[in-house]
Amino acid sequence: MNEMSPDSIGLSRADLPNSYIGRSVPRPNAAKLVQGRATYTDDITLPRMLHAAFLRSPHPHARFTVRGVEAARQVPGVVRVFTGADLADACTPWVATLEHLKGMKSAPQRPLPLDRATWQGEAVAAVLADTRAAAEDGVAALEVEWEPLPAQTDMETALEPGAVVIHPELGDNLVFRRTAIHGDVEAAFATAHRVVEARFVTGRHTGVTLEGRSILADFNRAEGTLTVHHATQAPHMIQEVLAQHLGLPPHKVRVVCKDVGGSFGIKVHVYPDEVAVAAMSVLLGRPVKFVADRFESFSSDIHARDHRIAARIAVAQDGTIIGFDVDDLTGIGPYSVYPRTSAVEGNQVVNLCGGPYRFDHYRCTTTVVLQNKAPTCQYRAVGHPIATAVTEGLVDLAAEALGMDPVAIRRKNLIADDAYPTTSPAGMRFEGLSHQASLAKLLEMVPVERLRADQAEARKRGVHRGLGFASFIELTNPSPFMYGIGGARISAQDGCTVRMDPDGSIVAASGVTEQGQGTEAILAQIVAHGVGVPVERVRVVTGDTLATPYGGGTWACRGAGIGGEAALQGALALKAQILEVAGAMLQARPDALDVVMGEVVDRATGTPRMALGELGRILYFRGDTLPKELPRELVQTRHFITKEFPFAFTNGIQASWVEVDPDTGMVKLLEHWCVEDCGRVINPLLVDEQVKGGIVQGIGGALYEHCVYDEQGNLLTTTMADYLVPMAAEMPEMHVGHVETPTRESLLGAKGAGEAGTAGAPAAIMNAINDALRPLGARVTEQPFTPARILAALGRI
Amino acid sequence: MTPITLSVNGERVTRHVEARRHLVDFLRLDLGLTGSHLGCEHGVCGACTVRVDGEIVRGCLVMAASLDGAVVETIEGITDSGEAAALQAAFVARNAAQCGFCTPGMVMTAADIIRHHPDATRAEIREHLSGNYCRCTGYQAIVDAVEDTLDASR
Repeated sequence: MNEMSPDSIGLSRADLPNSYIGRSVPRPNAAKLVQGRATYTDDITLPRMLHAAFLRSPHPHARFTVRGVEAARQVPGVVRVFTGADLADACTPWVATLEHLKGMKSAPQRPLPLDRATWQGEAVAAVLADTRAAAEDGVAALEVEWEPLPAQTDMETALEPGAVVIHPELGDNLVFRRTAIHGDVEAAFATAHRVVEARFVTGRHTGVTLEGRSILADFNRAEGTLTVHHATQAPHMIQEVLAQHLGLPPHKVRVVCKDVGGSFGIKVHVYPDEVAVAAMSVLLGRPVKFVADRFESFSSDIHARDHRIAARIAVAQDGTIIGFDVDDLTGIGPYSVYPRTSAVEGNQVVNLCGGPYRFDHYRCTTTVVLQNKAPTCQYRAVGHPIATAVTEGLVDLAAEALGMDPVAIRRKNLIADDAYPTTSPAGMRFEGLSHQASLAKLLEMVPVERLRADQAEARKRGVHRGLGFASFIELTNPSPFMYGIGGARISAQDGCTVRMDPDGSIVAASGVTEQGQGTEAILAQIVAHGVGVPVERVRVVTGDTLATPYGGGTWACRGAGIGGEAALQGALALKAQILEVAGAMLQARPDALDVVMGEVVDRATGTPRMALGELGRILYFRGDTLPKELPRELVQTRHFITKEFPFAFTNGIQASWVEVDPDTGMVKLLEHWCVEDCGRVINPLLVDEQVKGGIVQGIGGALYEHCVYDEQGNLLTTTMADYLVPMAAEMPEMHVGHVETPTRESLLGAKGAGEAGTAGAPAAIMNAINDALRPLGARVTEQPFTPARILAALGRI
Repeated sequence: MTPITLSVNGERVTRHVEARRHLVDFLRLDLGLTGSHLGCEHGVCGACTVRVDGEIVRGCLVMAASLDGAVVETIEGITDSGEAAALQAAFVARNAAQCGFCTPGMVMTAADIIRHHPDATRAEIREHLSGNYCRCTGYQAIVDAVEDTLDASR
């Protein structure tokens, strides 16, 4: 096994015609999706199942007393009412902090609060009934005495004297603050040729998974087992959390997630209402289902990206970047979200600003504060779009100040492709990136000269078009340095069990999960390649803590890189076992044989010797004919964890071509390009689709999506008619290109690809808009770039 | 409770429904047809798109009690009849579905384009699909899949 290399197992480009790695194999689970035959959590119905509906706080901050429980119980169909007090003994509170985030603090949170609501939309009581409609009738029959309290909504004033301290026991509203320093920012900026500064705002937005959060908890009193069907990205993490806080042994808790209707990070967190559902099932010994409706999603799914950033860049006369100086402030709602915490997004801003560039002086502070709004936490590309907008916005401003071309300043400062391994001023270790090659590839795809000519010609007609660029880095394949070292029971390793059944088909059970990315498809490809069978002969099992090896699930772009490597190693180990058995049956040395497309063949000549179905028949049913000492296992499990680097960074660059109407402030997206380097590409079709989907989510944050609160803390965007998401007609045609720099941490060499699009798109669009507005003397740096903000920047309103 | 008799995917169905029961709850909860999904229940996202008397509608905005005598077709119906087979094959080939939650509604709307707008341009396909939200794909692959299907039939 030790001599194995990517080339020796056929992963190189030259092997492509004979390999599943690098081929656009259609997803085996796509047919059920297009036929409406998938199984989402809400599609599951169990005997004696009850439905939960929640009473939610209409106030951003209020004391309350729940009354009218008896009236609610009289509503036809209603079975039980639960208040915070009713669950207090069944579920212990949690505090969402991580030990490695020094000084972090947050307050204890319960599934339902006892007497005080801290954001509008927080669930404060639950009604269980035999239908959801009856449960909602029961909620309507409840009466709550509300005593509204002053709300702290503005993050800018959260730490000032006179602020409402949301949890008095914490002393103030400061959750976390961290500063990274490298070099001497004050001295370098004081003597720099030019210092350019700007204030950036990223709009609070959310994931809007089309399937609302869904959970069906089923406690079996006879067995003492809790089975939870759950739309989640991390089944084993949920198993740990529910066991710990409900007082159950972890092995008695099983989390099953079949099909999940979108996640994007929204479904990797612990939500109090979902824990309440599990607690109520335990108390009643009956299945309880809850599916968040759209109002509940907008007001209680995690939000993200509520940041304002004051930042400056120092450059030399020749365009050399000298340093970045960044001050980030973020409001995270009234609690840090369990168990990943709400300090990670700000922490990522500190880790990632300036990431693509070579420079000597760095200072970045993030300040994370409480406020009476919905909690924020990790959403697709955590912190990346913020850091990229700040970095790339500043680089464009510096280019403008120096009269430099935006491509030229990037080419000059992007880290050289032969500089690796290297460590960034923020302390991030890069194993191998390809910024310069990616820029070169992008410039092959984007017809810059033609667009610039078109831009100049259009301006004469009063049409304002702009071209924007954004380089980025992306953190993937996280090690325990992300959560484990902070004390969270979140696995950074993942396992895969690969077995051969008598008919020669392969079953692979993996700890990573599928929410539409194509996880199961790439696992099938990897296993098919590793064992040597047609991909149609591989069945993949994910999303069941009882049936799969222990693992972390799918988040932070770890499915392919971590789960994929475990699958490859498991498949190769199974192949070795198959060859040992085949050698005994065929009187041949195992190393003289190979497995190709479901048949044992002579390695040297490729001559077929025995189909795997025949090998399986003999092994499983006529074991009496085989040598006594021959091992009979045709199953192997391998686990994988990254060890050399805390994260496998990827990189890429995007370009956006837009048209801005100065009369209406509307932005028309004309075309979009992205080159990204996710290491070894397993399935080009799926990678491209991840990038395109990610770009459009980035576009959403840049142009449309915004959780708007009024000054009192009332959420104004609670329907899809108020909260805008990208639609088909407005989206541009996208072009995706690749550079492949495989990680040497694994045989497979894959890194993550799911967040690249979202990381870079807002910055590229911002720079394109500002390129269009430049002759008009206007500039926007506050997302989303709505028509009103663009008109305001133009002085039109 | 209102008695209704209607045709659902070619089968005659008789049920008593509450006045507040909308069509997709009726399909999902009363008939077990879970292919139609609820994304917003405000008539915005299109995940609930089904066909009533030959025209696509927002299933969350149609009350079941109003459907006595109606002809309803769902993703299960146009799958079993084979009507959507070419479209579905194109969706799979293009990976025009990721999480799949919007997909049945998307296929219903795409099938409407195939039926009523066989000459649709790429821009018209995008316009027609704009009532169906997809959070995963960025739409391009879906537009490709519909265009491929139209091209193959032209």
